[in-house]
Amino acid sequence: MGISVKNISKSFKKVKAVENISFEVAEGELFGLIGPDGAGKTTLFRILTTLLIADEGQATVADYDVVKDYKSIRKSVGYMPGKFSLYQDLTIEENLTFFATIFGTTIEENYDLIKDIYVQIEPFKDRRAGKLSGGMKQKLALCCALIHKPKVLFLDEPTTGVDPVSRKEFWEMLKRLKEKGITILVSTPYMDEAALCDRIALIQDGKILEIETPQNIVANYSHKIYNVASHDIYNLLLDLKSYPTMHSVYAFGEFVHYTDKETNFIPADLVKYLLEKNHSDVEVHLTNATIEDVFMELASSNKSN
Amino acid sequence: MEREKIIEVKDLTKSFGDFTAVKSITFDVYKGEIFGFLGANGAGKTTAMKMLIGISTPTSGSATVGGFNVFTQADLVKRNIGYMSQKFSMYDDLTIKENITFFGGIYGLSRKQIKEKIKQVLVELDLEQVANNLVGSLPLGWKQKLAFSVALLHEPKIVFLDEPTGGVDPITRRQFWELIYAEANKGTTIFVTTHYMDEAEYCNRVSIMVDGTIEALDTPKNLKEQFNVDSMNAVFLKLARNIE
Repeated sequence: MGISVKNISKSFKKVKAVENISFEVAEGELFGLIGPDGAGKTTLFRILTTLLIADEGQATVADYDVVKDYKSIRKSVGYMPGKFSLYQDLTIEENLTFFATIFGTTIEENYDLIKDIYVQIEPFKDRRAGKLSGGMKQKLALCCALIHKPKVLFLDEPTTGVDPVSRKEFWEMLKRLKEKGITILVSTPYMDEAALCDRIALIQDGKILEIETPQNIVANYSHKIYNVASHDIYNLLLDLKSYPTMHSVYAFGEFVHYTDKETNFIPADLVKYLLEKNHSDVEVHLTNATIEDVFMELASSNKSN
Repeated sequence: MEREKIIEVKDLTKSFGDFTAVKSITFDVYKGEIFGFLGANGAGKTTAMKMLIGISTPTSGSATVGGFNVFTQADLVKRNIGYMSQKFSMYDDLTIKENITFFGGIYGLSRKQIKEKIKQVLVELDLEQVANNLVGSLPLGWKQKLAFSVALLHEPKIVFLDEPTGGVDPITRRQFWELIYAEANKGTTIFVTTHYMDEAEYCNRVSIMVDGTIEALDTPKNLKEQFNVDSMNAVFLKLARNIE
């Protein structure tokens, strides 16, 4: 087993950061924790990397217990925290050598593991980490987390604030690492990245809303979703929200995603209603659910319970 | 009909030593428009925005914001715009009321105006019950919505939003955009940066910066047609990938 989490809870004063969370990650699996800021993702990472002790529950990483075997875990995992935590006044090469030495290895010994990533920053290896761009810092942090060939890799929001191009490149790197047999637990607030994981847990307010493969999460969505468009998105949102049988209305790029409470909903009725409200260029047609649709559906029913 | 220009930028350039971060960019923003300002990390977005909000003097070129020259009237620019960023918006250890009072004061509102604004903001955002709670205790999404209202306290004609929705949950992200729409509907110009490409679709027009220059500027619909793709994400990837 890569990671096993059983009924883990952790509170800070009155705030329940993580509430009775359980899940398992198989060896070699790329598992995503998907949720917004404040969902409890970082607390969970800190518990699993032995930096924080849970109030309740058990967890193992690479079959080591996070409390009893914390020393073994520290040797066998790589952790890239959300906040850049390398030495700003050491160069790229010095940082990497430092982390290799701490773990009793050398850059040469595990070079094949980091090669793909390291060659991209190698031309700047004499530059101090503090002077690197966001994308380069991210690549260096990943190299440092990998240099001792960990069995399990923890990545806490590696792509937050990163532009779409660099995000895409980063996920391609993760795929290649996974092919080398490393178990990866990665968190992200970007729902579109969820599709790139083997399985995902949707998490909000310290609770897991669902654990599934990205394909099944979308397939299990129970409502029919319609793409609705008109010339005036703002008033379209307002008018859709006051449609009597409305279930949910969310802006989705150039369309608004609309779901209805009734199973016998007739799109033509909605078109007529919108035309009466003076909308022009009205379009209503069926579309497929995305992970974000599912997340919002689960999150809003979770809140109202 | 000639639309009123509220931001006019011509050949605006900023260099740091021998590195040119912004290379002679030219564009206009119209009154009441939601203008998306996109670009990869390091493309020069932040540098360009800093010049437009009057906190960085351009190396060359010209720019007026709300009729004020960013070279010679930087203070007037600052006084007449609203600004919020993801990194800093309000003081965590002041209450909601105290933050509104503080920023109202900074923007030169009278005591009476501040009192009215506090009431208005609390009602609009449904925060009356927590008015005396510390801002630090609010969930991120609420904080960002409040920060947006605070940036609008002095009723500026233009508001600059620097990645206002980073890390915010998807429902709150959409509520935030509804606030943006409502404000634009009143005639306020919105200048916004984001890394969420679905949000780029919500803008009236979008510019994409690559390597210090504006590589594309049009409505999302026209950009998608121009690049023959079906999403802004694909437009972005095509543009930003082509540079070397």
